[in-house]
Amino acid sequence: MKNIIPELFILLSSFSLLIAGVFFKNFNKIINYIIVILLAALIFVIYFNFTTSVTLFGNSYTIDPLSNFMKMLVLISVLFTMLISNSYLERLNIAKFEYPIILLLSTLGMFVMISANNLIVFYLGLELQSLCLYVLAAINTKSLKSSEAGLKYFVLGSLSSGLLLYGCSLVYGFTGSVDYSVIAKVAMEQSGALKFGLVFILCGIAFKISAVPFHMWAPDVYEGSPTSVTTFFAMAPKVAAIAALIKFLNVPYANFINEWRPIIIVLSIASMFLGAVAAIGQSNLKRLMAYSSIGHVGFILAGLAIATPQSLSAVLVYIVIYVFMNIGVFACIMSLNRNGVYFENISDLSGLSKHHPLIAICLTILTFSLAGIPPLAGFFAKFYIFLAIIQQKIYYLAVVGLLSAVIAAFYYLRIIKVIYFDAAKESYDKNSSYGLKFSLIVSTVIILFYFIDPSSLNIIVENITKNIK
Amino acid sequence: MSFPILSFLTFFPLVGVIFILLRRGSDEVVERSSKNISVLVSVINFIVSLFLWSKFDTVNSNFQFVEETQWIKNFVSYKMGIDGISIFLVLLTTFISPLCIFAAINSLKKRIKEFLITILIMQTFMIGVFCALDLFLFFLFFEGGLIPMFLIIGIWGGERRVYSALKFFLYTFLGSIFMLIAIIAIYWNMNTLDLVKLMGLKIPENLQYWMWFGFFISLAVKLPMWPFHTWLPDAHVEAPTPGSVILAAILLKISGYGFIRFSLGLFPIASHYFANFVFVLSIIAIIYASLVALMQTDMKKLIAYSSVAHMGYVTIGIFSFTKQGIDGAIFQMISHGLISSSLFLCVGVLYDRVHSRLIEDYSGIVNIMPKFALVFVFSSLANIGLPGTSGFVGEFLTLIGTFKVNYIVSILAATGVILSAAYSLWLCKRVVFGEFKVNYQGEKLLDLDVTEIFILFMLMILTIVFGVYPNLILDSISSSVDLVVKNMRVIK
Repeated sequence: MKNIIPELFILLSSFSLLIAGVFFKNFNKIINYIIVILLAALIFVIYFNFTTSVTLFGNSYTIDPLSNFMKMLVLISVLFTMLISNSYLERLNIAKFEYPIILLLSTLGMFVMISANNLIVFYLGLELQSLCLYVLAAINTKSLKSSEAGLKYFVLGSLSSGLLLYGCSLVYGFTGSVDYSVIAKVAMEQSGALKFGLVFILCGIAFKISAVPFHMWAPDVYEGSPTSVTTFFAMAPKVAAIAALIKFLNVPYANFINEWRPIIIVLSIASMFLGAVAAIGQSNLKRLMAYSSIGHVGFILAGLAIATPQSLSAVLVYIVIYVFMNIGVFACIMSLNRNGVYFENISDLSGLSKHHPLIAICLTILTFSLAGIPPLAGFFAKFYIFLAIIQQKIYYLAVVGLLSAVIAAFYYLRIIKVIYFDAAKESYDKNSSYGLKFSLIVSTVIILFYFIDPSSLNIIVENITKNIK
Repeated sequence: MSFPILSFLTFFPLVGVIFILLRRGSDEVVERSSKNISVLVSVINFIVSLFLWSKFDTVNSNFQFVEETQWIKNFVSYKMGIDGISIFLVLLTTFISPLCIFAAINSLKKRIKEFLITILIMQTFMIGVFCALDLFLFFLFFEGGLIPMFLIIGIWGGERRVYSALKFFLYTFLGSIFMLIAIIAIYWNMNTLDLVKLMGLKIPENLQYWMWFGFFISLAVKLPMWPFHTWLPDAHVEAPTPGSVILAAILLKISGYGFIRFSLGLFPIASHYFANFVFVLSIIAIIYASLVALMQTDMKKLIAYSSVAHMGYVTIGIFSFTKQGIDGAIFQMISHGLISSSLFLCVGVLYDRVHSRLIEDYSGIVNIMPKFALVFVFSSLANIGLPGTSGFVGEFLTLIGTFKVNYIVSILAATGVILSAAYSLWLCKRVVFGEFKVNYQGEKLLDLDVTEIFILFMLMILTIVFGVYPNLILDSISSSVDLVVKNMRVIK
């Protein structure tokens, strides 16, 4: 009981907030603050029980350092999303009290997904978070694009869930169990048939992390959804899905590494490359971020494909840095408003350097970091991945990765070009939201000064990954 | 533990940046104090580096002033240190940076505060590159320098600045990823990235070849060597004058340094194997770039191509593996740093007044600007390698060193001297001499002002001092070069 306090806490609080929301008027004003405090408290709760390692509910739910780490990361993403998007939601008049509650429920789904040790539990978690995400994408009911994004996401998401469920059923059919450890045992003896299930499940997860060729939804949904929701999409669901993927590949399918490694490598190469090339032609910042996140997922998958303790540590470090870079960039995007209108084209960034030097500098640092230029954190993230790849002597993967990093640098540089080199446009509203400024500065400082002490994160992460297998 | 003087040199400019950022007040006040702070910081840095030189032990061929702390656990240490090869490059950086800051304050019109911040950050990266004794640390400084240079070209550059900045950045970035792969491969094969330890260990021969190549591509782009040089003229032409100076005087030297330190130091077998390949590329660079320089109509482009040619001597000297050759290469780097700076500053002086870099727009400057003409002609002559200037010593030593190894290379390289005389003198003839005619829209064609005289005469004096008394440099570098040469001879 003690070990699932975070999950219970989220569940109960979202229900009680829902009820409270019905009875109190103007509840949406304070609900955000309540939830921010609640999430911050939860991060500490998990932090203090970080090293617990137990399985619950008949071996179907595990709490271990890996899951705790990923849960904290999800909580951080949600927390910052809330902080950033407060004023945005109010300005767009979508600050309904349901919004943060759906966010919370989705977080709960991610928690379940991260901790799942059983295909059914995993699927339940996945569906809970996905359903919430569909609603979130369409939450701006006045915008046609938002509804389109929601619908698109829903249709394609259900398809992928169907594939995933089909894969689960195949696995169940061949092994007679949905339990990860039982599957692992059966996988030692027989090999052939289990591959089918593996492929379908991988397709389903690849959709959730928008790996190429299952990425089609991402640019449209990123663009159509309200920016606050896009921020959330870019971080939390990916963290959760990657956590689940790490576990799925390394626990039940640990023996199948030769089967799934080529699949993951293909996904990875395709994502890195397409993420880099397709982003060049984009003019919308949110679409650009969609392709950028596809590219980053490619790097993460490259680390997953190697599946050594080093590479998994690299993946975890990468995700942490990825989350903070995204927090910062979306905070910048959300500060581009003038008289209640939000701008999201790359060309709208011109003039930032003149009128808003602080935002311009932060965005520049974050963009260079996204491009992987030292000494910023993004470089370290990529560097650890390449370190792990070259250790296994998979040189072609490293070369493709580095080349796509160079191609990607081009479109990141274009952002900086618009900020600094182009003629200035009129200024944006001075942003008074403290949450936004706070998130922007915190994330930039973390990205900029990560190089001073990279080891402490490495130590935490290494302790986690050495126990995965 | 003694005072970490190298870390101080490296990171002190950043302290200046912080002070500038903390200044509040009206724009004018902030601008003035940012000028003061940056001048102060860079001058202090120069004085500290002179102090460093005075404490430098010329007999000792090992690394000195070594600082070491663990940085990334079990993986990378923060290790700094200098030897005879790097000390003058550090001094060059600390000497050129304040001059650039003076030049920027004098000539730059817009966003002066940001420019000074970028220059100071740049200074940190450049000093760091020469002091780093860990491959990872070196790469960090090497690559990190791209960011400020990209911004310098892109924000303060000329008309085609966006194109040039992107080209500069992507070209160098693409080159350096090969170095990154090589560094990672070294780590997995040797289990350390510590340069001192790596020099003691022998990297297996079969690995040396392609690791050498990884480093080579990256350094050759940065040098720039012949087929990889196309970014340089663009970057030079579009960069503002102080940016061009930094680019020519210091950034190009990083590769020369890298060749001595890494190609020769870590991969001696591969260096022998590829020496002729480097000779061929360098000869092409010298002759081709000189010929191209002859045909330029833009002064900055002409000097840029002349830089490519002069860096050819550096690579020839290094890959001759003789003491004279490497001495000459280092000397040539220092001297080119001084001479090309002064040439770029001269062009900057003209550009500030007339807003044109085209040679055809000028004629007979000497009639109006005698002091300028003196400096310009002097720098051109130094660029040719007139005896008595530092340019002569560098070229002469590299040619001697190469002659011992391969006289054909030496002869072909010597033609570059003639060609450089041709384009430099022709440039002087067209711009400085003849009948006065200037195609300009500016107010009045004034001669050099006090700041410009100060900057240019500083450079001129040093050029003469090093030319007349080269031992000032050669004595200090000798023992470290001996070590490199001995190392190479053992392998052969």
